[in-house]
Amino acid sequence: MSTIVEQVSGAASEAAAPERALRPPSYWPFVVPALVTVLAVIIFPWLFTIWMSFQEWKVGSPTAFVGLSNYLRLPADPRFVESVGHTLSYTALSVLLPLVLGTLAAVVFHARFPGRGLLRALFIMPMMATPVAIALVWTMMFHPQLGILNYLLSLVGLPPQLWVFHPGTVIPSLVLVETWQWTPLVMLIVLGGIASLPTEPYESAQIDGASTWQMFRYITLPLIMPFLFIAAMIRAIDAIKSFDIIFAITQGGPGSASETINLYLYSVAFVYYDLGYASAIAVVFFALIVALTALLLVLRRRAQWNALGTDT
Amino acid sequence: MSAHTILGRLGLALGVFLIVSPAILFFLWMISLSVKFEVDNAAYPPVFWPEHFAWKNYTDVLSSNRFFTYFKNSLLVTGGATALAMLVGVPAGYGIARMAAHKSAIVILIARITPGLSYLIPLFLLFQWLGLLGTLWPQIIIHLVVTVPIVIWIMIGYFETTPIELEEAARIDGATRWQVFRHVALPVAKPGLAVAFILAVIFSWNNFVFGIVLAGRETRTLPVAVYNMISFDQLSWGPLAAAALIVTLPVLLLTVFAQRQIVAGLTAGAVKGG
Repeated sequence: MSTIVEQVSGAASEAAAPERALRPPSYWPFVVPALVTVLAVIIFPWLFTIWMSFQEWKVGSPTAFVGLSNYLRLPADPRFVESVGHTLSYTALSVLLPLVLGTLAAVVFHARFPGRGLLRALFIMPMMATPVAIALVWTMMFHPQLGILNYLLSLVGLPPQLWVFHPGTVIPSLVLVETWQWTPLVMLIVLGGIASLPTEPYESAQIDGASTWQMFRYITLPLIMPFLFIAAMIRAIDAIKSFDIIFAITQGGPGSASETINLYLYSVAFVYYDLGYASAIAVVFFALIVALTALLLVLRRRAQWNALGTDT
Repeated sequence: MSAHTILGRLGLALGVFLIVSPAILFFLWMISLSVKFEVDNAAYPPVFWPEHFAWKNYTDVLSSNRFFTYFKNSLLVTGGATALAMLVGVPAGYGIARMAAHKSAIVILIARITPGLSYLIPLFLLFQWLGLLGTLWPQIIIHLVVTVPIVIWIMIGYFETTPIELEEAARIDGATRWQVFRHVALPVAKPGLAVAFILAVIFSWNNFVFGIVLAGRETRTLPVAVYNMISFDQLSWGPLAAAALIVTLPVLLLTVFAQRQIVAGLTAGAVKGG
């Protein structure tokens, strides 16, 4: 591909200035500094992590090659197994809720109304704000006695909740924060999708007397499916790695009720300094993220295939 | 105006209100918490607009000399990591776009899906071995994990859309590759530079996970310092909320004033990220 482009452009310039006979330019010098940086801070850490995952490596004691035993420890480690469950439920909710709300928000923001620019800026603030700073305020809002959320519940006649202070409600409460924070990103992606849609189907649907809901359900929704898949994939990748909000609000607690893989990885690495085992967790965690991404890609392909099937 | 369009407008207004209010109310409540004395913050029912404003919360945070150390650290880490990322990332984006080396984007994708903590373990050991812990260098270097992929990604997108004809004309006139890049390609890609710069600054400024492991007492950035306020020094809400607001204020202002660039960058990155 690249050679064709270079040949074509080379031929074009030769034709224009035959006496110069320009060589196709090499762009490698532009890339080398970044390549060195990426090798140092991204590739090297990855290789080192994989190598470390085969070592018994605790800070302060000598290292030893232990083969796969770090990996074999994982299924027998109840805290790890439990953290996988927490991660999956946290991720599933943190994909679904922003996806639904973000799509609704995109439909609303697609309309023209006064103050749209400013309101959109305010709407995307949660995802740009410093996560630790907003986590701190959410912690105050979750407070069972003094928090504003229980006061708001009391206004509509609902009983007070323990929010992040109870094992049963901690994950939904954290998902609430995550949803509040990341619905705007879904909105932006879907809004880009809606803005690119053709207007003809809507015009003919209107002539046929379709309702707004019917137009959304049968025209908009199928057409923006590719964008919803992209949004879901990005959301899944970000939610499964979520760290700042959980760490700052609950540190995985109460007990270990909100300990996701990422938080457990942190504890193993930087509280217990069991670096070999932590590296094995990091590798498995990464594999899980890749698997999730691949799964969503497969679903997307199948959805496209189905759409093609119904079309023809 | 028919009854139908009036109803439609009311519905739209209600929809806008429902969608935007969680964000607006949250930040209003954050401001409210930050300007109240303990009495008002512990009041039930909650007080939104206090009789006496506790500006003291802000002056306390700003006048502590630690705060300026942390502010300076944040500035140096974010500034250093962004400047280095622009320096290596912008030419790289140009080179990759011109070579049409789309496969190299895989590395950026890997960087995008890798949890930050996985970089921390090996780099922590490396910095320890190099004797760099205790300085700001470990944080500047590890923030490159965040900033370099953003800059390369966004710049590839921009250089792919800039016309190649101008560059070819300049080369025929005898300009070197570097001159073509510097005087022809770069000026055209200015909007892209702004987008890459702004997003790199925001994501580096907000970063927390690298700091909690690599920062010592003297090398904390603002997000880490605020987190430490929760766990150790402070239990009263007013000063905490004030500190939180000060930390995130630069980013919020940037969001309002550079909204167009941020939206362009995020959606480009997002759509291509798929």
